[in-house]
Amino acid sequence: MTTISAPPAPPRPKRRAGDRVFAGTAKGSGILILIVLAGVATFLISEAVPALTAPAEDIPGGEGLGSYVWPLIVGTLLGAVLALLIATPLAVGIALYITYYAPKRIAAAMGYVIDLLAAIPSVVYGFWGLAVLAPTLVPFHEWAAENLSWIPLFAGPASASGRTMLTVGIVLGIMILPIISAISREVFSQAPALHREAALALGATRWEMIRMAVLPYGKSGVIGGAMLGLGRALGETMAVAIVLSGGAGATLNLIGSSNPSTIASNIALKFPEASGLDVSTLIASGLVLFLITLVVNMLARWVVNRRADFSGAN
Amino acid sequence: MSTAIRPAPTGTDAQPPVRSRSRLPRFAPLGLYLAGIVVGAGLSALTSFSVASTVIYGVLLGTLAVYVASRTVEGRRKATDRLVTCLVTTAFGIAMIPLVSLVWTVLDNGLPRFDAQFFTNSMFRVVGEGGGAYHAILGTLIITALATVISVPIGLMTAIYLVEYGSGRLKKAITFFVDVMTGIPSIVAGLFAFALFTLMFGNDVRLGVMGAVALSVLMIPVVVRSCEEVLKLVPNELREASYALGVPKWRTVVKVVLPTAIAGLGTGITLAVARVVGETAPLLVTVGLITGTNLNPFDGRMATLPVFAFYQLTQPGTLTQAFLDRAWTAALVLIILVMALNIVARLISRFFAPSTGR
Repeated sequence: MTTISAPPAPPRPKRRAGDRVFAGTAKGSGILILIVLAGVATFLISEAVPALTAPAEDIPGGEGLGSYVWPLIVGTLLGAVLALLIATPLAVGIALYITYYAPKRIAAAMGYVIDLLAAIPSVVYGFWGLAVLAPTLVPFHEWAAENLSWIPLFAGPASASGRTMLTVGIVLGIMILPIISAISREVFSQAPALHREAALALGATRWEMIRMAVLPYGKSGVIGGAMLGLGRALGETMAVAIVLSGGAGATLNLIGSSNPSTIASNIALKFPEASGLDVSTLIASGLVLFLITLVVNMLARWVVNRRADFSGAN
Repeated sequence: MSTAIRPAPTGTDAQPPVRSRSRLPRFAPLGLYLAGIVVGAGLSALTSFSVASTVIYGVLLGTLAVYVASRTVEGRRKATDRLVTCLVTTAFGIAMIPLVSLVWTVLDNGLPRFDAQFFTNSMFRVVGEGGGAYHAILGTLIITALATVISVPIGLMTAIYLVEYGSGRLKKAITFFVDVMTGIPSIVAGLFAFALFTLMFGNDVRLGVMGAVALSVLMIPVVVRSCEEVLKLVPNELREASYALGVPKWRTVVKVVLPTAIAGLGTGITLAVARVVGETAPLLVTVGLITGTNLNPFDGRMATLPVFAFYQLTQPGTLTQAFLDRAWTAALVLIILVMALNIVARLISRFFAPSTGR
């Protein structure tokens, strides 16, 4: 790894057969991953082609691919953005609590408990959302329909089952909470100790120290983590498929009984019984989802990695 | 409520150079919160008493009381500090609510059918009560094992490439795209496996191995990332000592680097397995579901635990309660499986940690 710059050319190392095979295998595995990723895009496109070229009236819904996918895109973005708005402030609070407020002895255990939220399978979240959260939120839905109906998001009429986009947003928010808080925790704990101690030495309170030394340093990490969480929420399937009573057109009403479905949950619910052109249509919608998450994840990685370049932690 | 607070300082005749400020006693925040809970219970009882509204009122009132008290006694800056402390602690508390509620709900609903029959019977010719998830549990284990067999060599070798061999643009590209691959939605991975096998074997093919391929797409990036982190931790001195003794590079990796990192590798791989064992969506579109037992992943549909749970819940037959019970028990078994893998991962990292030689 670390080569020493020796002025006289060192004797050429002997290339052994074992070395070449091993290095080749390692390199081949790396290239295979790139091929798989390219393959995901290629195979999805090749299977989606029939839907892309079919006449509009053959697509389910009879109005073409665009108007089939549009409500699904609206639903996907709506649920994911809602989840992000709920999860980000909570996650930042949790990360600050664990890194700077909790007693040192139990902080690690607390981080582990939060990570448990990430370990629970998404289908179980769906069960919980359907059986516990949706009924619990019904009174809130009614209250919002009564008092907040001037906001388009709460236009109502309130759903009686609670299986709405609002409930889905909360479930998704809980699911992406550990992702955002894990990354925030990491960047917060890397904030330079000298800056923190300097702030405290100048008489700053703990919050002032965090505001001046920790938050500016961790900002881009939090943004990157939030975008990774957004990517996860966009692609989340089973929890949405179980909780949401979807299938309606594009609407921003969060609390009504007819909601737009999301791309992923629509595929999960329709794919097992689909055949022919329906399969192609669903795969085409999956391609759209793939592209959206790809862009979000690449942006997120770019933001996170940019921070790594600037930080003095490495 | 205000008994715990000392009166505010009357004059500003603080003696320089050190200004002694009056502070709230240590127990004041706790006392104020308890008072807030009591008042909250009272407010809650005005309408209809419930624990939830008591806690909500109590936390709100307690936070407000701490802020006001601190503001009058300690000044604005201290008060803001205390307010943030309250908010941050509350955020952690809020995150605990769904976790506790979820675990409790699954235990409560899942335990009634958590019996021997659930683990020994399949759903073959079962339309009502009885039946079990024997076939689904085995299917999940087989498909996950197959996915592990595919993912671990590829993931581990890629990690070795990135740490030991890689340089330049290829390394950068692989690192970046592995990160991007981590974010592929699980349903898209399922569609990829479906499209791949449809092109190879024609329409409407459903195989266990398709599910394994889909899970591998999700698992490989996790394996690469965790193995890479662990291999980076192996001190360079060990490698250099090995080279100095004339050991070829590949034997250095196999005999020195990997054994040193074995604990971390085991932990990372186990966590990667835990990550995919509960995946439902990719299996839903690639493996499907059957009621009987099929243990051959290269021949037709198989049952898996998450898909089994999903269909028991969403497509119950005439005896709805029997189906719901089985669904919840399957969810419980799934959680136990994931938690067990997490615990195994911790144990591996504890017991196989390299001896530091000191």
